[in-house]
Amino acid sequence: MVLPALTIYAFLYLYPALSNLAYALQRWDGVTKAKFVGLHNFVNMTNNDDLLHKVVGNSFKFTFFVVIFQTAASLFFATFLVKNTKTNIALRTLYFFPTILSSVSVGLIWTFLYDPNFGFVNAIFKKVGLNSFALNWLGSEKTSLYAIAFSQVWFHTGQMMVIYIAGLQQIPAELYEAAEVDGASRWQQFKSVTWPMAMPTTAVVVAYTTIQSFRAFDLIYSMTQGGPQNSSNILVTLIYNTAFSSFRFGYASAESILLVVVVLVITWLQRRVLRINTGEK
Amino acid sequence: MFYNFARRFALFSFALAIIVPTSIVVLGAFKKDLEIYTEPLAWPKHWSLSNFSRLIHEGNVFVPFRNSLIVTTCSVAITLTLASMAAYGISRMINVTGKVLFLLFSLGLAIPGQVNIIPIYILFTKLHLTNSLIGLIMVNVAVTLPISIFILTTFFRNIQKEMFEVAGIDGASTWRIYRSIALPLSRPAMGATGIFLFVICWNDLLYPLMLITQADKKTLPLTLIDFRGEYATSFSMLFTAILVASMPLVIMYVFMQRSFVAGLTAGAVKG
Repeated sequence: MVLPALTIYAFLYLYPALSNLAYALQRWDGVTKAKFVGLHNFVNMTNNDDLLHKVVGNSFKFTFFVVIFQTAASLFFATFLVKNTKTNIALRTLYFFPTILSSVSVGLIWTFLYDPNFGFVNAIFKKVGLNSFALNWLGSEKTSLYAIAFSQVWFHTGQMMVIYIAGLQQIPAELYEAAEVDGASRWQQFKSVTWPMAMPTTAVVVAYTTIQSFRAFDLIYSMTQGGPQNSSNILVTLIYNTAFSSFRFGYASAESILLVVVVLVITWLQRRVLRINTGEK
Repeated sequence: MFYNFARRFALFSFALAIIVPTSIVVLGAFKKDLEIYTEPLAWPKHWSLSNFSRLIHEGNVFVPFRNSLIVTTCSVAITLTLASMAAYGISRMINVTGKVLFLLFSLGLAIPGQVNIIPIYILFTKLHLTNSLIGLIMVNVAVTLPISIFILTTFFRNIQKEMFEVAGIDGASTWRIYRSIALPLSRPAMGATGIFLFVICWNDLLYPLMLITQADKKTLPLTLIDFRGEYATSFSMLFTAILVASMPLVIMYVFMQRSFVAGLTAGAVKG
């Protein structure tokens, strides 16, 4: 019964993953004959590829921004909406709504909102007198990456919030009652009950958000395609461009192996750190 | 007091942050461009369907809509069938083979699918599966199999073994047990997984972008990207296209909120 799934999986997932390793050792433009170059691609990646170094930096900045703000926001709203009242359920449904949209739709909507001339974001900043914040959000090298990261947070906070709510509802009510008897303030209750008890959920949320952010191809492609001046280029968009705009398939394969390694190392590190934290409670 | 005020303010602000952009898009689909730029949130002066008719006649939106529908429903149906069979098979194996197979599929969760774009592109070019809806379906199935098998195997493992064993004693074949016991029992899990897959396939841009260049084979997200270039500053057209492309999922969401939330968070927790 496993055979049909296994065949497709082996042929269209495992086999490509392995052949990727072989392509990474070649130089190939997709037309002429591929040439075996050994580890040359990897040497080039390490020593003389400033663009790649910048893009790896961008990937980390993007992921870091999204993980911090999305996790904080989703936990923040989850603590507010943890009780199953009618209003709360309605608000959860609303907050979750962006999750079902396509990244392309979200990207195009935010392209409009960020527009320097008639965009809504700048209109609001001007209205409240913060004229210095009315920037060309997507068109400037300084802000493009973070502007997209903000859209990503808007996009997926509701999804992570629902995971947090499920986690928070598992915390025994007696713990809060005991804290209240001891006269703990709301903040103290959060610090000494909610936060440590929600640590396993945080581990799940952080791990998923990290992978989701490293994969944010669709959103970035539909908003800036990595520009201006590669300021919002992250690894996945770079791999795509290396292969399908510059036609350097071997090099793109080598880059995608770097992506696997980076993602695996980060997930592994996070597991260790968050497991230690969970162990301490 | 202060807490309640702050709580309400925060909840209200985030609600606005979602309602405002959504309203701009929905209202904008019935407006002229100028009106969108000057009064994005105002009620349209004249409710006009001209954007929609332009989208249908000039933009030919039915073609990508049909393609998306075909690719998504076929991908979901095939993945669900294969994944539930495999998951049931794996969950019934008590020996090492089951563990090895489960690990092998889990490997697919550790490697992000996007890593495979170059070998997939090369392989599909060789097999003449570019510019083909069947090709897209094949990629979708391959990419979503690991996570689906993972979710469903966990589900089948939690069902009491006795249910299957009793049927086995009664002489029912594995296939029969799968069809008349395992499948009906797993309906909620299959529903949630199915929605999760539907959302992924309906919204995917990367694989169509890479494999499809012919206009009559394009899917909705790819068409939206094209429109972005074509109607560069015509947000009335873009908003109308976004509205049309999102409609099926929005309607499904309204009627099946619970399954959506269950499906899209199961994918997250297990992925």
